[in-house]
Amino acid sequence: MSPVLAAVFQVALLVAVLAAVHVPLGDYMAKVFTDTRHLRAERVIYRLGGVGADADQRWPVYARSVLAFSFVSVLMLYALMRLQAHLPLALGLPAVGPDGAWNTAVSFVTNTNWQWYSGESTMGHLVQMTGLAVQNFVSAAVGIAVAIALVRGFTRHRTDRLGNFWVDLVRGTVRILLPIAFVAAVLLVIGGAVQNFAGPQEITTLDGAAQSIVGGPIASQEAIKDLGTNGGGFFNANSSHPFENPNAWTNLLEIFLLLVIPFSLPRTFGRMVGDRRQGLAIVAVMASIWTAAVGVITWAEMRGFGTVPQAAGAAMEGKEVRFGEAASALFAASTTGTSTGSVNSFHDSFTALGGGVTLLNMMLGEVAPGGVGAGLYGMLVLAVLTVFLAGLMVGRTPQYLGKKIGRREITFVALYVLTMPTLLLVGAAITAGTPALVEASVQDPGAHGLSEILYAYASATNNNGSAFAGFGAGTPYQNTALGLGMLFGRFVPIILVLALAGSLARQQPATVGVGTLPTHGPVFVGLLVFVVLVVAGLTFFPALALAPIAEALL
Amino acid sequence: MTTALSSRPEATPSHPTPGAFQPRQLWRSMPDALRKLDPRHQVRYPVMFVVWVGSVATTGLALADPGVFSWSIALWLWATVLFANLAEAVAEGRGRAQAASLRRTRTETVARRLRADGSEETVPGTSLVVGDLVVVPAGEVIPGDGDVVEGIASVDESAVTGESAPVIRESGGDRSAVTGGTKVLSDRIVVRITAKAGETFMDRMIALVEGSARQKTPNEIALNLLLAALTLVFLLAVVTLQPFAVYSGQAQPLVVLVALLVCLIPTTIGALLSAIGIAGMDRLVQRNVMALSGRAVEAAGDVDVLLLDKTGTITLGNRQAVEIVPVDGITEERAAEAAQMSSLADETPEGRSIVVLAKERYAMRNRFASQLPHATFVPFTAQTRMSGVDVAQRDGAWEIRKGAASAVMRWVRENEGHPTADVGAMVDAISASGGTPLVVAERRPGESARALGVVHLKDVVKSGMRERFAELRQMGIRTVMITGDNPLTAKAIADEAGVDDFLAEATPEDKLALIRKEQAEGRLVAMTGDGTNDAPALAQADVGVAMNTGTSAAKEAGNMVDLDSNPTKLIEIVAIGKQLLITRGALTTFSVSNDVAKYFAIIPAMFSGLYPQLDRLNIMGLSSPESAVLSAVIFNALVIVALVPLALRGVRYRPAGAAAMLRRNLLVYGVGGLVAPFVGIKLIDLVVSLLPGL
Repeated sequence: MSPVLAAVFQVALLVAVLAAVHVPLGDYMAKVFTDTRHLRAERVIYRLGGVGADADQRWPVYARSVLAFSFVSVLMLYALMRLQAHLPLALGLPAVGPDGAWNTAVSFVTNTNWQWYSGESTMGHLVQMTGLAVQNFVSAAVGIAVAIALVRGFTRHRTDRLGNFWVDLVRGTVRILLPIAFVAAVLLVIGGAVQNFAGPQEITTLDGAAQSIVGGPIASQEAIKDLGTNGGGFFNANSSHPFENPNAWTNLLEIFLLLVIPFSLPRTFGRMVGDRRQGLAIVAVMASIWTAAVGVITWAEMRGFGTVPQAAGAAMEGKEVRFGEAASALFAASTTGTSTGSVNSFHDSFTALGGGVTLLNMMLGEVAPGGVGAGLYGMLVLAVLTVFLAGLMVGRTPQYLGKKIGRREITFVALYVLTMPTLLLVGAAITAGTPALVEASVQDPGAHGLSEILYAYASATNNNGSAFAGFGAGTPYQNTALGLGMLFGRFVPIILVLALAGSLARQQPATVGVGTLPTHGPVFVGLLVFVVLVVAGLTFFPALALAPIAEALL
Repeated sequence: MTTALSSRPEATPSHPTPGAFQPRQLWRSMPDALRKLDPRHQVRYPVMFVVWVGSVATTGLALADPGVFSWSIALWLWATVLFANLAEAVAEGRGRAQAASLRRTRTETVARRLRADGSEETVPGTSLVVGDLVVVPAGEVIPGDGDVVEGIASVDESAVTGESAPVIRESGGDRSAVTGGTKVLSDRIVVRITAKAGETFMDRMIALVEGSARQKTPNEIALNLLLAALTLVFLLAVVTLQPFAVYSGQAQPLVVLVALLVCLIPTTIGALLSAIGIAGMDRLVQRNVMALSGRAVEAAGDVDVLLLDKTGTITLGNRQAVEIVPVDGITEERAAEAAQMSSLADETPEGRSIVVLAKERYAMRNRFASQLPHATFVPFTAQTRMSGVDVAQRDGAWEIRKGAASAVMRWVRENEGHPTADVGAMVDAISASGGTPLVVAERRPGESARALGVVHLKDVVKSGMRERFAELRQMGIRTVMITGDNPLTAKAIADEAGVDDFLAEATPEDKLALIRKEQAEGRLVAMTGDGTNDAPALAQADVGVAMNTGTSAAKEAGNMVDLDSNPTKLIEIVAIGKQLLITRGALTTFSVSNDVAKYFAIIPAMFSGLYPQLDRLNIMGLSSPESAVLSAVIFNALVIVALVPLALRGVRYRPAGAAAMLRRNLLVYGVGGLVAPFVGIKLIDLVVSLLPGL
């Protein structure tokens, strides 16, 4: 089979499975969040946490709950890492430094999983399992909860209540993430991923050198790492490490895991608003952009633009021979299209065009299909923006799903759209404009160096977590700045989304008829794709022109 | 009237309407535009304020480091601000001309105020207060808005409506309202003043057309917010570009960065937004509709349900005879003759229509009441519910009666007649078809009474209404017919006119309840009304259009007043509201789409010195970096002027479903907005590259 044909088959198989799974999973998730009963296990959790599970929260209360939960999570994670040396299962590793612990705590709570460190040589099993893995679940569940709260803004009328954050958080974890992650972990173990409690094993390699090999609860971590679009690898090499990702089948399974919830949530949305076509439109937009990204990166990598790849005959630097260009490109497009950031190859070594697309993918705001929950709410905010722009052109004041987009709504949308670019551009500009910071962190000169800076800040502010490896992020300044980028990049949009939801829920819905802008169908899908691309394109084109574009046109 | 905006009502007002946009207006508005360069004015418009600041900055830079390029940029940035001011000034200027002509008619009036004892005193019109009673004899101008409390007069209202034919104003009823500044032509009336000086209808109208009372509408505010956010995004992109440029090894001149910023921020829509709003109001004024709030104009575009009064809006207003059906073997001629005879003295429109029908359809000779010297006409009374004629003959009176079926049948029976089932069946059939049956019967001297036939009176639906309602349905607007008729009649007319729904035997309370119900279901409702009992419904409706002939209570309650008092105009008002919103959306889309081409012009120009490969993005093949930047700036300024006529006229609007409308406007303004600047900038570059010293 030719490599091109193999690439096409691989994508086709993935799309077919996703298409088949998103319907039942989407419907199931809609049921989870509209169910009026609690499971017994959940009731126990509510009692332990002292949560009134039947209280319906107003948006500020919902938002405060998100923030309080996340704040406590950061504190506990920070403490866990700082006290590592005194805790069991530390594998003899020392405590993590203050700026590093802050960065990692924020990183895992914000679903970013940016790793300035090497997992195997910094975090012991206890931190990995009770700290990082737990956050892998709950930070993902927070994203889903916020997305569901926004959907409730559309489905509820004349109320200031958006649901109960604690219930949404627990249900997302218990009923969605845990069962799927369990099945996925078993499948990964079957596929050959490692799952044990072993410490480092000293072995002697064939050429006689001594090597220390770390085992651990890897498969279980791996499953939620991808399913929750977290991306924080057990090993520094992440999904290119054979213990995390042994072969082509586990590779495809991991890609499937990181796409499955983001691509199913639009179905949930359609179900909850009572019009499946609305969900279909959203998923079509996500799929169009994702497919385009996969196509361009695969093409760029397989053609191997650039002097060195042309000379070598393939753009294989930074890629695993087990996976090859196509599977690496597919992983790269999917991990940057979601907020995952796990990698099975090194984006820094991609061709300028391929690497540029991974960067652009994040700059779009990670909406194709985006992080669990975050992708849906990001896309819905852009849909509201699209409705506002295009809705006027049908001669009506804009409305989406019967909710008018007025002054309040557009204020929240505008601030949402401003937040990420502000954090990204200001953060990157400070680093690029300060020679000392460039000196400390940027490995390559010129356009590629600027790509590294932009990539780091795009990754942090979009809560992706992947990196252009050439960027040395482990300095106190970058740990702090990127940590702030992650924190604000996660929670400012969440607050705005919840405020938007609150404002929508208060409204009496207007009727939807032939005179109102249809928010399904190809015209709207095309328009939304255009708006997603133009909003990011117009904002970032000047910066991109000096980085990957200048590089790619060489 | 055919389509909504393509034609004007027959009663074209004699107002000095400005008509189509003329380039001369730009020139005449220049002094106003220059005055608007005042930063205190500019700061109200965030987008243009940024351009203003940019103009000041580039002027400073050009002074510090003079050159053809920097001066050209500074000049064109000032031109951009000026063009935006011009757009607004032209829009306002059109209104101001109308206001001036209104002012001329509002001369200082002298009022004859009635004292408590009934004597008159002469006071200036401006000193009147609400509740004063004034006497206005023929030939004098009514000193203020009010209601006629005594008398009847013909009034020349051309000052307000532009309509030269006088109208009747009388005390009591729905035609009691008079407007200050109009002139009594005959008779004498006593008016109770209902608005104090300075707040009269005429004052409000002047303020309205001048634009001085204009407030930003909700959607305009929201759009302004979005434009401000877009401006911030681009400000951010440009400000952070400098560190990236420095890092890459080539700091950019400030003039170029300012030029890039101005090109990217949505100046086109930012410059035209207020002109679009003023022009939208102006279009209503040109159609003789006074919108008392801008919010109502916007709401008009959103209307889901139109409540239309049957009489005068959907039907011609009066029932007309369309057929005379003989019964019981009577010949058609005999029935028609009797119908005609009985109606000769009937001056109601229905009665006259029977006479006309008898003559035209049944070839009856034209008779006149005066030709029947022996006839005694029996007038219609509410008790008998019939009218007729008694013609004296040698052997007695030939009695003919015409009226409601039950009344005439009783008369027949009382006079020994035995109407057959034939009559009843015909009456029911006509009722079922929505018509009104009138039975005609006679009693010849010495004979018993007998029914001769049934006259079919019918509401005649105005021509073209069916198509109009179909158009509205296509736009997603439901029409509900309001009528006092019984449900059967109402349904028949509703079916014939093609309205979606009807409210029969409607009382004002029913109307109000219907509006509340529709609103509770999330629909916006528009209605027209003129009576005092319409006032609560007018106030409740999202768009309430009061007829100028209506009572002052109705005019107070509505948020628009139609000076032509044409209820069909509601449909046009909806179209104008939609057109206003579409124009805003189209120009916003155009403005944002423009940016793509501007990037392709400016970014290669900025950085091809640093990265020569970026010149491959210069797909327009612009001659030099300086000329590329300058061309983009010039295009950006000129496009504002080019779009002024569109902003003032509004984009072409054809009633269609939302999906079709979106497709069309996206194609024209979205795709057009992408392509146009590529062509425009290239053409400008061809000229600019000839500039020496660039």
